[in-house]
Amino acid sequence: MDTPIFSSPLASCHAELGARMINFGGWNLPVEYTGLLLEHQATRQAAGLFDISHMGQIRAQGAGALAALESLLTNDPAKLRTGEGHYTFLTNDQGGVIDDLLLYRLGPEDFLLVVNASRHKEDLRVLRKAQNNRTLFQGDPGTKAGMALQGPRAEAILAQLLPAGETSPMRNTLIESKLLGIPATIARTGYTGEDGFEIFTSLEDGPKIWRALLEKGKPMGILPCGLGARDSLRLEAGLPLNGQDLSPEITPIEAGLGFFVDLSRPRPFPGRAQLEQAKKNGARCTTIGLVGQPKQAPPRHGYPVFHNGNQIGEITSGVPSPTLGYGVALALITTPAPVCGQDLEFEVRGRRVPAKVSPRKFLLKK
Amino acid sequence: MNTPADLLYAKTHEWLRQGKEGGTVGITDYAQSALGDVVFVELPKTGRKVTAGEVIATVESVKAASDIYAPVTGEITETNPTLSADPGLINREPYESGWLFRIQADAGKNHALLSASDYSATLSS
Repeated sequence: MDTPIFSSPLASCHAELGARMINFGGWNLPVEYTGLLLEHQATRQAAGLFDISHMGQIRAQGAGALAALESLLTNDPAKLRTGEGHYTFLTNDQGGVIDDLLLYRLGPEDFLLVVNASRHKEDLRVLRKAQNNRTLFQGDPGTKAGMALQGPRAEAILAQLLPAGETSPMRNTLIESKLLGIPATIARTGYTGEDGFEIFTSLEDGPKIWRALLEKGKPMGILPCGLGARDSLRLEAGLPLNGQDLSPEITPIEAGLGFFVDLSRPRPFPGRAQLEQAKKNGARCTTIGLVGQPKQAPPRHGYPVFHNGNQIGEITSGVPSPTLGYGVALALITTPAPVCGQDLEFEVRGRRVPAKVSPRKFLLKK
Repeated sequence: MNTPADLLYAKTHEWLRQGKEGGTVGITDYAQSALGDVVFVELPKTGRKVTAGEVIATVESVKAASDIYAPVTGEITETNPTLSADPGLINREPYESGWLFRIQADAGKNHALLSASDYSATLSS
């Protein structure tokens, strides 16, 4: 592959911390610092800090920005008030997922899209087809430093860097503020199932904020966390990973995420007819939660899934849950799907392992 | 990385200790560190005849499942009974209580295993 590898603006921080680095979506990123389990537990019990500089940022601005986004995205951008954000999909003409992303409204005709690193260029290509002389889509990879501060102590840690008297943003909203006096965009969202923030700042200021968050969070138990813990945390929360649980061949309905497809508005978007049909009459497949058992082989990506002895699909993401002590997985299966609590099996190295259908949010709310 | 001088090694990161109870096999300090916290182990049945290079066990961390290869041809005589309750032994004591299984190697077979220094050299290349 001759694709250039992007280096994170926080690379010097990761080197200081002795992180193990891997290539992820064309980026050289930390997979682990002190150990996946410790990092996972720190995020559930205190706080974790993740490098998300690879997450793409695309700004849509101009008099036609809202109309352009309405014609491309499954969730209705017109619902957002300034400062609010929501989860949405960019779909192809068959209703398959090109990318899943967070859309924030910064003004009446000003939006920020936070997209997956691996889909960033494709997203830009698709968005720019809808570009006109009244709308501009801008945002190449590698222009910002990004970090996610996640966990029950995230708000208390962030508060120490915010200007005096400034409160942190509310859930699913975004503010432009300062951390240590440095301009930063702060959104209250995340990919771990915990309360937390995603913070974007300039490339050169990123390391200062990263180091300050770790320092302020140290007495509260913060740990820097790699992609390993990010994956186990998101899967425990039932959140999908693009490229595994989502792809251009899978629609949001099939992924079990029809909630983010808004058909109450009149405007068409790519694949709308197919998605409307699937919502009304049911899709040919759906995504379920699956739980294994303690002391059994954990479910993994690609393992076949069986119900009453017949193969009904396969696991798209699976992991031995560090919090629960047994395997949890998302599985794409044919419909009609067995209901929660029903017995399943998955096949590991030629052997069938017992499992059950489960709600996709595997962790009970605290 | 800790690579004891008195053991033999496979390129696939298993170690073999020859003793009067036969050969004891585990995974190296390098392997356990790369894999991360081990949460599940699948071991071969006692009495199974195995061929050098054959996949005969699996060690799983949160991150991934990793195949374990038979370092020599022979018969499995014992498996580590404590690992199912405490698979983390593989991380904490990879060369001692974290051993995986014992194997009686067939006599007269030449086994292409590495010395500690040759194994260490494969890690740095």
